[in-house]
Amino acid sequence: MIPLSWYLILAAVLFSVGMFGAISRKNAVAVLISIELMLNAVNINILAFWHYHSQSLGYTEINGLVFAAVVIIAAAAEVAIGLAIIIAVYRLRKTVVASDINVLKG
Amino acid sequence: MTRMIDIYSILPVMIVAGWALLLLVVDLWIPRHRKGITALLAAIGLAIALGFVLASSGNTILGFNQMVVLDGFSSFMQVLFLVSGMVAVALAYDYIQRMNINHGEFYVLMMFSIAGMMLMSQAYNLLMVFLALELLSIPLYVLTGFARTRLESEEASLKYFLLGAFASGFVLYGTALIFSATGQLDFVGIAAVVTAGSANSVLFLIGAALLLVGFGFKIAAVPFQMWTPDVYQGAPTPVTAFMSVAVKAAGFAALMRVFLVLFPSLSEHLTPILWVMAALTMIVGNIVALAQNNIKRMLAYSAIAHAGYILMAFVAFGNGEVVGNTVAATLFYLVAYGLTSFGAWALVIVIEREYGKGILLDDLAGIGKHYPWLGVAMLVFMLSFAGVPLTMGFWGKFYLFRTAVQAGYIGLAIIGLLTSVASAYYYLRVVVYMFMKPGEPKLQINPWVSLVIGVAALAVLLLSLIPWTILELASRAVLLLQ
Amino acid sequence: MPVIGTIFYAFLAIVAVGSALGMLINRNAIYSALFLVLNFATVAVLYLALGAPFIALSQITVYAGAIMVLFLFVITLLGAEKLPGYEPIKGHRIVAIGLAFVFIAELVLFFFFRNQVTGPIPLIGPEFASPRNIGVLMFTEYLLPFEVVAFILLSATVGAIMLTKPERKSTTKLSQQQD
Repeated sequence: MIPLSWYLILAAVLFSVGMFGAISRKNAVAVLISIELMLNAVNINILAFWHYHSQSLGYTEINGLVFAAVVIIAAAAEVAIGLAIIIAVYRLRKTVVASDINVLKG
Repeated sequence: MTRMIDIYSILPVMIVAGWALLLLVVDLWIPRHRKGITALLAAIGLAIALGFVLASSGNTILGFNQMVVLDGFSSFMQVLFLVSGMVAVALAYDYIQRMNINHGEFYVLMMFSIAGMMLMSQAYNLLMVFLALELLSIPLYVLTGFARTRLESEEASLKYFLLGAFASGFVLYGTALIFSATGQLDFVGIAAVVTAGSANSVLFLIGAALLLVGFGFKIAAVPFQMWTPDVYQGAPTPVTAFMSVAVKAAGFAALMRVFLVLFPSLSEHLTPILWVMAALTMIVGNIVALAQNNIKRMLAYSAIAHAGYILMAFVAFGNGEVVGNTVAATLFYLVAYGLTSFGAWALVIVIEREYGKGILLDDLAGIGKHYPWLGVAMLVFMLSFAGVPLTMGFWGKFYLFRTAVQAGYIGLAIIGLLTSVASAYYYLRVVVYMFMKPGEPKLQINPWVSLVIGVAALAVLLLSLIPWTILELASRAVLLLQ
Repeated sequence: MPVIGTIFYAFLAIVAVGSALGMLINRNAIYSALFLVLNFATVAVLYLALGAPFIALSQITVYAGAIMVLFLFVITLLGAEKLPGYEPIKGHRIVAIGLAFVFIAELVLFFFFRNQVTGPIPLIGPEFASPRNIGVLMFTEYLLPFEVVAFILLSATVGAIMLTKPERKSTTKLSQQQD
């Protein structure tokens, strides 16, 4: 039997990788990809807990599944908007490197 | 199954969302040059919802399987959101025509966002909190970038989106950890597990901290405030005005709901963190505002500072005797700050002659001489921001300080007082430029915007003579606690 | 044997973390996205092991199949892979075949050893976590989240169109241009 903590650690590691990617990448698309990794890591956490919680309860409770499905849907909506914004920026400036896009300052 | 009472509990939200949906379709038949009709229809929809909110206030109902709650707190916040929405529509009507971004979908998206905020104030389940957060944020990402041909608007939208999505990742992870710690997602269940003592305390604490990070972003508290100046500057000014009042209010609504119901047991761990956040936010917001020349950026930093003042009162959330005052003082301050803020931003709209142009301090010169009433109104708003007596801003800060002192955080109150005094410099600098410097200002006066400025200025002045009325309303807006 | 379960989990975990790191390190946006697809597929296998087949398939369909495809589409549309720092990986064809084998190995391992990874979940019926039951619950107990999610998707759709639809000719002449 794999203890729950192993799954939670895996989720935490993936979340950290995503977080690091979101902070350090310069390409806006790459930042968005890293954010998707973060959301996916949360999903692992949810489903792992759902599994072990169902085992300890003795029946399959549904909260976790609905939560995971909602996360997937919300991630999809965010990606749609994010890519639309990136396209809109690109049309004006022909670049998606975030450090090149800098007209807002003091 | 869904009962009538469930529908009754979120009827205003349904009205706003459903009306926005219909407006989206009806807008197709409205010709390009008559988009004012869309604005009017949007305002009517918001007014109808407002009527329902007022009619149903005073009840306390849990609906939809205990996912939403209707209580005094939610009614108060919903009135705030709906009125903010109507003011934003009034401000936007002429602005988006002038800036050539006149699309009916502006109002539709704004209504979706308002529906999300209203749902946020009613959410009683962490899943609903997250969904309401997404529903209110996504239209705002788009509205920030609504001026598609302007790079600053798109850049602001990109920054807001990336940091906002990052923050909602944190909210989600915090929610997942609390789910892992307690096995429940709804507030009733979580509170029951916590009082029974069977929650995994490590996961619970980390989950709470992550939620604080996520919400801290929305209210622009330090160290999560980096996005605010750029986003406020780049977005269309009516959108900025709306964000500075309503999003902040929604963020604090979420913070208060979640922290007061779920985390009083964690207060000894969380209070020091909140103390530091409040102190830093007040200091950073006020000090950096001193250096700003662009009025939109200056008001952005001012908004950060004001979030700090509210946090100062919020630090006491774990203190059972004071928490009622915390909520009342916060709600009062959101009203005072909202009136003042909308007035100030309305004036920015008046002086903004082209997108992003005409909003430096120098552009204020001569207003006092040529448009004295505008000058006086802005004087009122600046004094209210600074917390000078005879304005609502003074009473707002007074109640916040009093709550902090009552809870024993004298040091924090002193920091607040000092930074507040320092802020008077940059607020009064605006007044100096308006009245003492000679110039020929070119203004875009529009009747609706002038109406907003006038009503806001009068409200800030006159309500300050009878502050106890608003405070009384705020005190009665109690949260349903477990 | 519980050891098989541990090996299986370790394998999946290493591939998941490895592909995440691959996504992080790679300067080419397309390679990053493809590494992430591998990550999602691995995680989907993990979900199967945890007893949530519907979510696993949703993961593949929505995340790997829709979201990542959208990413790749936009990346190639914008030419983002041609940004400074682009270095072609030598021998990438071999790496690709290797990664495909890795994924197939995961699935094979899963099919043979699925009951030993973690204990089987006591199910009410064999199809409790099926789409049908989730669907029923979505429309009864979880009706409100379902409707709110629908509005989120709608506002995302309207927003995405507003941001990217072409301006009409009459307005492009009048609209403010950036200096």
